[in-house]
Amino acid sequence: MSNRRSLWITLASLLVYVFLYAPIVVLVVFAFNSSKTNVIFEGVVNKGPCGPFYWFCVLFKNGEVLSAARNTMTIAIVSTVASTIIGTMAALALQRYAFPAKTFSEVSLYIPIVIPEIVMGIGILVLFSALFRWLNSAFGLQGDDRLALGLGTVIVSHIAFSIPFVALVVRARLHGFDKAIEEAAMDLGADEWVTFWRVTLPIIAPGVLSGGLLAFTLSLDDFVITFFTNGPGSTTLPIYVYGLLRRIITPEVNALSTVWIFTVLAALAISQRVQREA
Amino acid sequence: MTAFLRSLRDKDNLRGLGLISPSLLWMIGLLIIPLIVVMISSVGGRDPDGNVIFGFSFHNYLRLAGYNYDTPCGDVPPPCFDDLYLTILWRSLVLAFQTTALVIAVGYPLAYFVARAPAGHRNLLLFLILVPLWTNFVIRVYAWIMILRTQGVLNGLIGSALGVLNLPFKPLEMLYTPGAVLVGMVYEFLPFMILPMYTSLEKIDSSLFEAAADLGANPLRTFLRVTLPLSMPGVVAGTILVFIPVMGTFIVSDILGGRQVILVGNLIQRQFLDARDPAFGSAASILLMVMTLIVTIFYTRTFGFGEEIASA
Repeated sequence: MSNRRSLWITLASLLVYVFLYAPIVVLVVFAFNSSKTNVIFEGVVNKGPCGPFYWFCVLFKNGEVLSAARNTMTIAIVSTVASTIIGTMAALALQRYAFPAKTFSEVSLYIPIVIPEIVMGIGILVLFSALFRWLNSAFGLQGDDRLALGLGTVIVSHIAFSIPFVALVVRARLHGFDKAIEEAAMDLGADEWVTFWRVTLPIIAPGVLSGGLLAFTLSLDDFVITFFTNGPGSTTLPIYVYGLLRRIITPEVNALSTVWIFTVLAALAISQRVQREA
Repeated sequence: MTAFLRSLRDKDNLRGLGLISPSLLWMIGLLIIPLIVVMISSVGGRDPDGNVIFGFSFHNYLRLAGYNYDTPCGDVPPPCFDDLYLTILWRSLVLAFQTTALVIAVGYPLAYFVARAPAGHRNLLLFLILVPLWTNFVIRVYAWIMILRTQGVLNGLIGSALGVLNLPFKPLEMLYTPGAVLVGMVYEFLPFMILPMYTSLEKIDSSLFEAAADLGANPLRTFLRVTLPLSMPGVVAGTILVFIPVMGTFIVSDILGGRQVILVGNLIQRQFLDARDPAFGSAASILLMVMTLIVTIFYTRTFGFGEEIASA
């Protein structure tokens, strides 16, 4: 390839990287803005005991943010664990066994990929509200006992959209799996459980781990499904930020974004290290 | 049924079913049944409280097609033809095509660059494409408000550049325009296109380029006859991963378009919040789903199914 042409491609790529990172840099810089309206950067804030980290201190005293952060983590952790287990089981079933309704199961796992998220979101919303209305009146539930949208419905929905992605990733790992290793373990007297725990699982572990990581990111990033399935008391950080964007935006939102970005980066660095050691 | 029961005597069948049943339960309970419920409510109506009244009529679909049966269209008394919803559908379709085309144009050089980079650098370069994805979707849209608004970062940069040249400058109105929505969409979905394109490009054996050159092909011809065809599976997979979510999203247009750019996603969302007409919202979602399915099927028939989706 001629050098001049590769120079153009390098230059274009560099520009795309700038495009990808400019908004993030702006977000982080404006978290230190002294202007409360946060339209123009008026210099680095220096207020109170926190100095330049003033907005971060405001953030950490904000009860709504803390409870939204707690909800986000609860939802992400529970739905990741559940969808990783269920998705891995599905991958094993589809890759290993022939069984009735196999084609149907396989097709059903592609649905969330080809259907716009909003359709799935409102479908779950309509289903749950009709179901809860019916159950509440059937059992005469009153006041706080009434079934309503909340953490539970969000978690169950997050599990639903994560399963297909976990299954996809784990299946890819199972694809090159040499069954002879399992047979050897069985020949040496291990029963099926021991073979699974001591042979199969360690070999597919990287696939399971990256499937889990994918499920975790999908859950943290999700807005649409959460938007339609959450209720009072189950607000997540993205929903909270969305609510703020429709009102006045102070640098607090930027501080929140900055903490978010660096937390995710730290989590990634740790998981990379764990994966490398595994 | 008897065949099914007989098949359960086989131990492998039983194991397979046991392993698949939780995911099947979830897919049926949270995907298939909700979709059926949406279909049913789309042919229903609404009561004054905003609940769905089940029934069987196509008036929600007729309304989407422009049949206005209760409010006047300008001077014309109802029933009359009102192209409001058709315009929204058309706008969403056009925007989704524009976004996909732009994302391919912007992403291809980068995917190519990363695929041809020294093997040791590739992972880092890929990682750098993924990092923005890990910041939240909503946060990423918010960042563009700060850049595009009239007193924002971009106008500030242009202003000071022109100021150095002593040229007059009137800040551009960029936020709350269709252009802002397009930029936001491209930004949100770019990584989903780059990854599958990279996977395809990375697989191409570089000796093919040498062979093409040896056989007398110029760089443009090599690109058109070798590189591009071999990278098509990635482009197709990326298109599916970008086009479908763009058709359904409502945050980008909500935040960067203000009230100026209304897409199908916004229309649906409003029926469930402000307008409180879930039956009409359901009909709009079914229409959205059918539209994306038609485009996807037509597209994959033409270009083959994107096998690279799995690798992305």
